[in-house]
Amino acid sequence: MKRMQVFFRRLAALTRKEFCQMLREKSSFLMGVVLPLVLIFIIGYGMSLDVEHVPTAVVLEDTSPTARSAAGFAAGSRYFSPVYVHSLPEAEQLMRTHKVKMIVRFPADFTEQLYRGNGQIQLLLNGEEATTAMSGQAYVEAAVMSWAASREAAASGRGQVTAVPRVWFNDTNTSTWFFVPGILMLVLTISSVFLTAMVMAREWERGTFEALFVSPVRIMEIILAKVIPYFTVAMVGMLLCLTAGRLLYDLPMRGSMVLIIGESMLFLVIALGIGLVISALTKNQYLACQVALLVSFLPTVMLSGFLFDLHSQPWGVQLVSRLLPMTYYLALMKSLFLSGNYWPLIVKNTLILLGYALLFIGLAFYLTRKKVE
Amino acid sequence: MPEAKTELVIEAQGLTKIFTPKKLPQVTALDSISLQVPAGRLTALVGPDGAGKTTLMRLITGLMDRDAGSLRVVGLDVEEHTQAVQDVLSYMPQKFGLYEDLSIQENLNLYADLHGMSEEARQVRFAYLLDLMGLSAFRGRIAGKLSGGMKQKLGLACTLVSAPKLLLLDEPTAGVDPLSRRELWSILRQLVAREQLSVFVSTAYMDEAALCSLVYVLNQGRILAGGTPGELQDIARGRCYRVAPPEGIPTRILQCELLEDAGVTDAVPVGGKVHFILRETQGKAGLLERHRLTAEPAPERLEDAFMILLERDSRKKRQQPGLDAREQDLISAFAAEKKAVPVDIEVRDLVRKFGDFTAVSHTSFQVRQGEVFGLLGPNGAGKTTTFRMLCGLLPATSGELRVAGVNLRRAVTKARANIGYVAQKFSLYEKLTVYENLRFFGGAYGIPVGELENRIQEIMREFHLTERQAQAAESLPGGYKQRLSMAAALIHKPKILFLDEPTSGIDPLARRTFWQQITRLAAGGTTIIITTHFMDEAEYCDRMMIQDHGELLILGQPGDIRRRLQMPEADMNEIFIAIVEKARQQAKEESGT
Repeated sequence: MKRMQVFFRRLAALTRKEFCQMLREKSSFLMGVVLPLVLIFIIGYGMSLDVEHVPTAVVLEDTSPTARSAAGFAAGSRYFSPVYVHSLPEAEQLMRTHKVKMIVRFPADFTEQLYRGNGQIQLLLNGEEATTAMSGQAYVEAAVMSWAASREAAASGRGQVTAVPRVWFNDTNTSTWFFVPGILMLVLTISSVFLTAMVMAREWERGTFEALFVSPVRIMEIILAKVIPYFTVAMVGMLLCLTAGRLLYDLPMRGSMVLIIGESMLFLVIALGIGLVISALTKNQYLACQVALLVSFLPTVMLSGFLFDLHSQPWGVQLVSRLLPMTYYLALMKSLFLSGNYWPLIVKNTLILLGYALLFIGLAFYLTRKKVE
Repeated sequence: MPEAKTELVIEAQGLTKIFTPKKLPQVTALDSISLQVPAGRLTALVGPDGAGKTTLMRLITGLMDRDAGSLRVVGLDVEEHTQAVQDVLSYMPQKFGLYEDLSIQENLNLYADLHGMSEEARQVRFAYLLDLMGLSAFRGRIAGKLSGGMKQKLGLACTLVSAPKLLLLDEPTAGVDPLSRRELWSILRQLVAREQLSVFVSTAYMDEAALCSLVYVLNQGRILAGGTPGELQDIARGRCYRVAPPEGIPTRILQCELLEDAGVTDAVPVGGKVHFILRETQGKAGLLERHRLTAEPAPERLEDAFMILLERDSRKKRQQPGLDAREQDLISAFAAEKKAVPVDIEVRDLVRKFGDFTAVSHTSFQVRQGEVFGLLGPNGAGKTTTFRMLCGLLPATSGELRVAGVNLRRAVTKARANIGYVAQKFSLYEKLTVYENLRFFGGAYGIPVGELENRIQEIMREFHLTERQAQAAESLPGGYKQRLSMAAALIHKPKILFLDEPTSGIDPLARRTFWQQITRLAAGGTTIIITTHFMDEAEYCDRMMIQDHGELLILGQPGDIRRRLQMPEADMNEIFIAIVEKARQQAKEESGT
C-alpha cells in the first residue's frame, strides 16, 4: 500500500510538471488544439471532392421539345452552370478556351432514336481535371436516367416514378464525410506521436533527464507522466473534431459513440507508444521530428486509405498499408461513422489494434532506460 | 589519502569504461582507475576537457554501466543497486538539469515531491536553501530567464532539497563568471561545514580544486595523482620562479620565449611577470642568462603541480609544433622595432539592441596594428555580439565602426578582405581533408589559382599540418582542428584576425601552444582580437576590455588596470570581481538616489 502511495505521489508531481510545461510551451497547445481545427476547416471546405456549378456546354442539335425537356436537368441544378449552343464546334471552342469543363450533346436524331428506344446523348469531358470530369459524368448520368424514368412512367400511365441513384453509406456522396474520420486519425497521430516524441527528446537534449534519473523516480512514472497529458490533449483535439464534423458538415454517426471514442483511445495508446519509441531511439528533437514525420504522418496520409483507395494500389503498397495500424483504425472509423456497428469488422480490427498497442508500449518500456548511453 | 577510519562514499577499483562508436576505433574513456572519496568532505576531480570526468560522474550515478572493475557508492554496488543509490544521491549535470519553463519555486517543488517531503519539512528547507543561494526574492521567476550564475545556484538548490548522502557536481562553474564561481564555492564550503555533506565535484579550474580537502587529477582516462592540495603542490616545490620582462617588452613575449627554453616545463604570465617552472629543481633557463634577467623564487601553486603532471603524462611538449629554430628571438626583435603604429580598428559609441534588450551599450575603443586585444567577460556579457559587429556579421544599431580604414557600416565586403575569422565552433568542412579545406577557403577569398598552391604549402608548414594534409577534418584531434581553422582564417594574409573563444574545450598544453602562435603572429604585424572567458588569459593581451551585461567596465593594459585599481599583485579573476562589484555598487547607489 505504502509503495502505491509513493508511486502515485511521484506520478502526480511529474504529471503536474508536464501539464505546466505544456501550457507554457505554446507549440504543444497549437499542435494539439489549434491544428486539428485548422485541419478540419481546410480539409473540410478546401479539399472537398464534390463539384458544384460545373460550367457545361449543352449542344442542342435536336431542338424538339423532347430534347429540350431532356436537357432541362441542367437548368435548375446546383451541379451545373449550363451554356446552350447549337453546334458541336462552338462547344469545342468553349472547351478549348476553358470556358466550359464538359459538353453534353443531343444529336440531331435524338428524339427519333428515343422513340425507337435507342436515345443517346454524347458526353465530352475534360480529362485534365479528372475529379471534376468523373463527378460530372456521374451527375449527368443520374440526371438523364431520372428524366427517362419519369417520362416512361408518365407515358405508361403508371404514375410518377423517380429513380434516385444512390451511393451507399454516403448518401449524397459528400467527400467531406469520407474525410472526417481521416482527419480524426491525423489529429490523434500528430498530437500523440509528434508531441510525445518531441517532449521526450527535449528532455534528453537539454540534459534534464540526467538530473531526473538520479532521483527516486522510476522509469514507469516518467513514461506515464509523459503519456497522460498528451493523451488528454489528443482527446480534446479529437472531441473538437467530432463536434466540428457534426456541426459543420452534418457528419452522420451511425455506429455507437462509445465505440468511436473507445477505439480512438486504443489507437491513441498505439500512437503514444510510437512517439515514445521514436524519442528513445533518437534522443534529439530534430531527428525525432524527422522520424515522426516519416513513420507516422506521411503513411497516415498516403497509405492508410485516407486519400487513396487501397484497392487500387499495387500489391507492394497494399502490403505496407496492411502493416500500418492506421489502416485498421481508419477502416473502423469509416465503418462506424457511415454504416453503423458492423461487428465482424469491429472485433477483427480491435484485436489487431490491441496487438499493436501491446507491441509499441512494450517496446517503449524496453527501450527507455535510466541510462545515458 | 584519507585515513582508514573515515567512511567512504565512493570506492572505485580498476574501473574501466570503453566506448565503441560505429565505424570509429574504440575509445577508452576510463582506463582502470581507482579512487576513494571520504564522507563529509569536499573532493575534487580535476582534469582538462575530454579527460573522462563526465564519464566517471555518470558511472557513479548509475547512468552508465562500467566495462570492468568495481564501483561502490554509499557502500552499495552501483550496478546491482542502481535505484537504491539514486534514491540517496543528488547529481547536477553540466547543463544544471533545470526545467527552463518552470519557475524557481516549481523546480524546487518538483524535487521535493519526488523525494516525498512533507509540507512542513519542505517549507523550512526551501527557505533555508533560497536564503543561502540568495534567490529568495525570485521564487516566481521562470528558470530560463535567470542569469548563468543564478541558474547554477538554482540547480544546486534542487539537488539539495532532499539532503542527499552524496552530492555530485559535474563542472558546476563552466562558463560562469568569476563572481558567481566564488559565491558557489563559499556556499559549498558552508554546506560541508554545517551539514557534513559529502561532495564530489569535477572542475577544470585549479583554484577551485585548491579549496577542496582531497584532489584527484584525471587525464586521458587515467588518474595521475591523488592527495590533499598541499601534497600535490609539493610536486612543484622549489621549481617555481617569477621574472619581470625587460622595460618595454610585453610579458607574453618573454613568456613565449621561456616556454621554448629547454630548461623550462611551463611558463605563464601572471600579474605583469612571468611565472615559470624549471624542469629540474637545480635547473636553469638559458634564455634568462642571455638577456641578463634575474628570476626570484615564487611560491608553488596547485596549477604548477597540475602542469608538471600533465606534461609528464603526455611527454608531447617538445614535439609540439610552432617551435622552429629562428635566427633571432622575439625579445631582441621587439626591442629593435620602433613604435609608430597606426590604428587598425576604431569603434565609437557602438550600440546593439535586440528588441528592448541592450546587448552592447555605448562602447568605444581603438585597436592598433600588431596589438593583441582581448574582449573578456562571463557568458552573456556582450562579447560575442561586439565581436560579430566588428567582423561585419551583425549590423550595429548605432555608432561608428572602422576596420582597416573602411567604414564597416557602409562597405562590409571591402572590409572583409582584410579580416580573418575563427568562429567558436570551428567552421570547417568535416568531410573535406585538410588540404581541401584550405583550397576551398583560399578560393573563397579569391586568391589567384597560380598563387594558391604555394600559399597552401606555406601555411601548412607554418601550422604543421603538412603530414596530415590528406586526413578528413572530422577525424583530426582537437588541437589540430584548431590549427586548421586558424590556417583557413589566415590563408589570405589578413591584416586583422578575429578569434572567438578559441581556447574553450582544448587542454592546457594545447592552450600554451596556441598563445605562442598568437604572440608570433602579432609580432609579425597581424592585429589580433580575441574573446575568452578564461580571465587569466587576459595576461597575454596587450590591452583588454572587460564587459558585463553589455556595459564596458574597464579598458586598458593589464598592468595599467592593476595600478588604477591599486591591486599590483592581483590575478585577473580578482580584478574582474573587484570591477564588477564596484560597478554593481555604483548602479545600486544611482538607483537609490
